[in-house]
Amino acid sequence: MQSLGIDVLLKGSNFSRLLQGLYVALEISFVSVTISILLGLIVGVLMTLKNPILCFILKIYLEVVRIIPQMVLLFVVYFGTTRVFGMDLLAETSAIIVFVFWGVAEMGDLVRGAIKSIPTIQFESAYALGMNKFQVYVYIILPQTLRRLIPLSINLITRMIKTTSLVVMVGIVEVLKVAQQIIEANRTTSPNAAFGVFGVVFIMYFLICWPISRLSIYLEKRWA
Amino acid sequence: MKELLKVKHLHKKFGENVVLNDIDLVVNKGEVVVVIGPSGCGKSTFLRCLNGLEKVQGGVVTVDGLPVEPDKKSIIKLRQKIGMVFQSYELFPHLSVIDNLILAPTKVQKRNKEEVIREAIELLEKVNLVEKKDFFARQLSGGQKQRVAIVRALLMHPDILLFDEVTAALDPEMVHEVLQTMLNLAKSGSTMIIVTHEMNFARAIADRILFFDKGEIVEQTDDVKAFFEKPKTKRAQRFLSTFSYS
Repeated sequence: MQSLGIDVLLKGSNFSRLLQGLYVALEISFVSVTISILLGLIVGVLMTLKNPILCFILKIYLEVVRIIPQMVLLFVVYFGTTRVFGMDLLAETSAIIVFVFWGVAEMGDLVRGAIKSIPTIQFESAYALGMNKFQVYVYIILPQTLRRLIPLSINLITRMIKTTSLVVMVGIVEVLKVAQQIIEANRTTSPNAAFGVFGVVFIMYFLICWPISRLSIYLEKRWA
Repeated sequence: MKELLKVKHLHKKFGENVVLNDIDLVVNKGEVVVVIGPSGCGKSTFLRCLNGLEKVQGGVVTVDGLPVEPDKKSIIKLRQKIGMVFQSYELFPHLSVIDNLILAPTKVQKRNKEEVIREAIELLEKVNLVEKKDFFARQLSGGQKQRVAIVRALLMHPDILLFDEVTAALDPEMVHEVLQTMLNLAKSGSTMIIVTHEMNFARAIADRILFFDKGEIVEQTDDVKAFFEKPKTKRAQRFLSTFSYS
């Protein structure tokens, strides 16, 4: 059997470089996911309030996010803004802006759906106890919404983590880019490195996303 | 006798559909009023108008002299005077029994938590549910859930209690335990308005019977016994006859 090409990673600081790349990917994911979840909760609640103007704006926002590929958005934000607005955005900042723009819309839609799935009479029984709108949301609706949201938002989180691999396109050296560099640099000595190195990247992504999805199963069972 | 709840010329429509047509009612303190009538006659909607869960198209409801207005801030205070128990219990599924009970008294009325817990436990003892205090709604039977819901309403110290077909979703044995709880409440002098399809229970608990049909009070009487033996109106006779078989 041919060499699997994993040995390349043992050369020099290759493996630690790969881990650094992974760190960059995770950093962008973590920041984007955190902001998206927090703002998404707010946007989701706003979507359920019956304000026609707000609803209309948010609907358009959601559609825009659905229609445009993330990569196009990334190019618009990173390359497009430079000349037009004279802004010099860092690649990482652009990436986070784009992922947050996307994540908030999707998270908001999930939150909206989860709130809608709570029967109206739960609101009413809370109102009947003399609670005001804020109390009804904080004590009754949001806690139930969060439980329903867990599986859905975990799915979004893992998708966002995976999609960070796009940031290569604006020159961010994250795990995939480092992998490419390592493979290119060792093309002649280890021609099989593509399999081994990308294989390791695959395992890295798996090791990160799998515990997250296990956590969702655990929480779902606990709160069912 | 003190007038607690007053309804004057109440009109309620869903779109073009008239659900309540010019309802007048006065309920005195300590009185138990039972509302009966065929399904869809507007009796549940009527109850919901009393605590402002439904907007009305005309007329006024006052509790203790204060008007019930769904869109005003005052409704928050007013609803604390009006306890409501629903057919489908509506316990909060993410909270334990005890947390369901103390939430509104501590957060809405800002009462002392230890005292509320103590009172909650006392009430749970009265309905034989004290050992369930840390359970969640999904671990309770329908009858148990409904008794918890009643205790939850009581803990707010309401002036008046509204019961919206609270036994309609229960098995016969559980109906009994819930109705017994309500009978005890009536004996202790609570003011109650009860919508029900349990005629024997209505007969046992009511100080007054309201017979609703097609959004109107067709018959109203303090002579509960006479009503069930021989109602005055044709419509009530026809309705009551559907409960007996020969």
